[in-house]
Amino acid sequence: MTFINYAAKEINCKIVYYGPGLGGKTTNLQYIYSKTSPDAKGKMISLATETDRTLFFDFLPLDLGTIRGFTTRFHLYTVPGQVFYDASRKLILKGADGVIFVADSQEERMESNIESIRNLETNLKQHGLDLKSLPYALQFNKRDLPNAMPVDELYRVLNYKREPTFEAVAPQGNGVFDTLKSVAKQILVELRKR
Amino acid sequence: MASMDLVLYEEEIHQLEEVLKRLRHDSNARAVFLIDKNGQQMAADGDVDQFDTTSLASLTAGNVAATDSLAKLIGEREFSVLFHEGERDHIHISIVAKRAILLVIFDERSSLGLVRLRVKRAAAEFDQIFEQMAQKASAGPVEGPHQTPFSEITDDDIDALFSD
Repeated sequence: MTFINYAAKEINCKIVYYGPGLGGKTTNLQYIYSKTSPDAKGKMISLATETDRTLFFDFLPLDLGTIRGFTTRFHLYTVPGQVFYDASRKLILKGADGVIFVADSQEERMESNIESIRNLETNLKQHGLDLKSLPYALQFNKRDLPNAMPVDELYRVLNYKREPTFEAVAPQGNGVFDTLKSVAKQILVELRKR
Repeated sequence: MASMDLVLYEEEIHQLEEVLKRLRHDSNARAVFLIDKNGQQMAADGDVDQFDTTSLASLTAGNVAATDSLAKLIGEREFSVLFHEGERDHIHISIVAKRAILLVIFDERSSLGLVRLRVKRAAAEFDQIFEQMAQKASAGPVEGPHQTPFSEITDDDIDALFSD
């Protein structure tokens, strides 16, 4: 749900990072936070457990500049990936303008990836959103690990609608901004259509 | 998706700000915020600069969303009021017009009773403003100076945002 404030001349959009637990959603946000100039970002908030697992969400507000005189702001959220946090995941998805799915490339995480995409589809439906029409990108994270599956195979199984796909190594930043830009652009293109 | 967008025009923002201003004054609060349920700040009044307003809005919305789910789990429709008591400052959170969250931050210069009383009055005014907004939205796109500027966004405009 894009929020357009004509008085303050602002467009605010919400992007949600989704995916299985320990896939690197929080790491994506941490990298973006570390590489963004202080005037373009707000405080990053992580509601995490004592062992640094996401408990409720991470939140990072990003200011991308102006478009047609409107300040364009993206609010980035991650969901908790662990299966039993589904109630929280559902809440975070509410009002999402776009979704980034962070898949774990490791072979043993394939089932978790598949389960998480199905869960995404179900939870979106409950908010009246359809993954088929929502701005969406797929990120294959952890490409540097020796047990990472071939990209072709990941794509064959996880691709949902021929969405833009990116290879990533989130701690080093590879693919992190490309994935974000892809969804941000899709959201703005959607805005133009209205 | 378009119908779900929240669009605020200047006249409505001014109306909302007027109500907030009066509420802050009448309740002796430090600051008052009106926040969309998705975590976007719509309007505010008071010592706003003292706070990280973006984080405040996002966390408040998360708090309300979690509490809403808790209510449903025990068979309640919602918990319409949340109150957090600190040593110096306190937070009063309430749902107004079903879609917005009213956050009041106050200290010893006010009291929970006074805040509750003033919030109740302000809530009725917010209901009216949101009702107007809903009617306007259902009447279709607004003509004139408010016509959406986004239909004219070009690929170059979008690329320029990412030119770093």
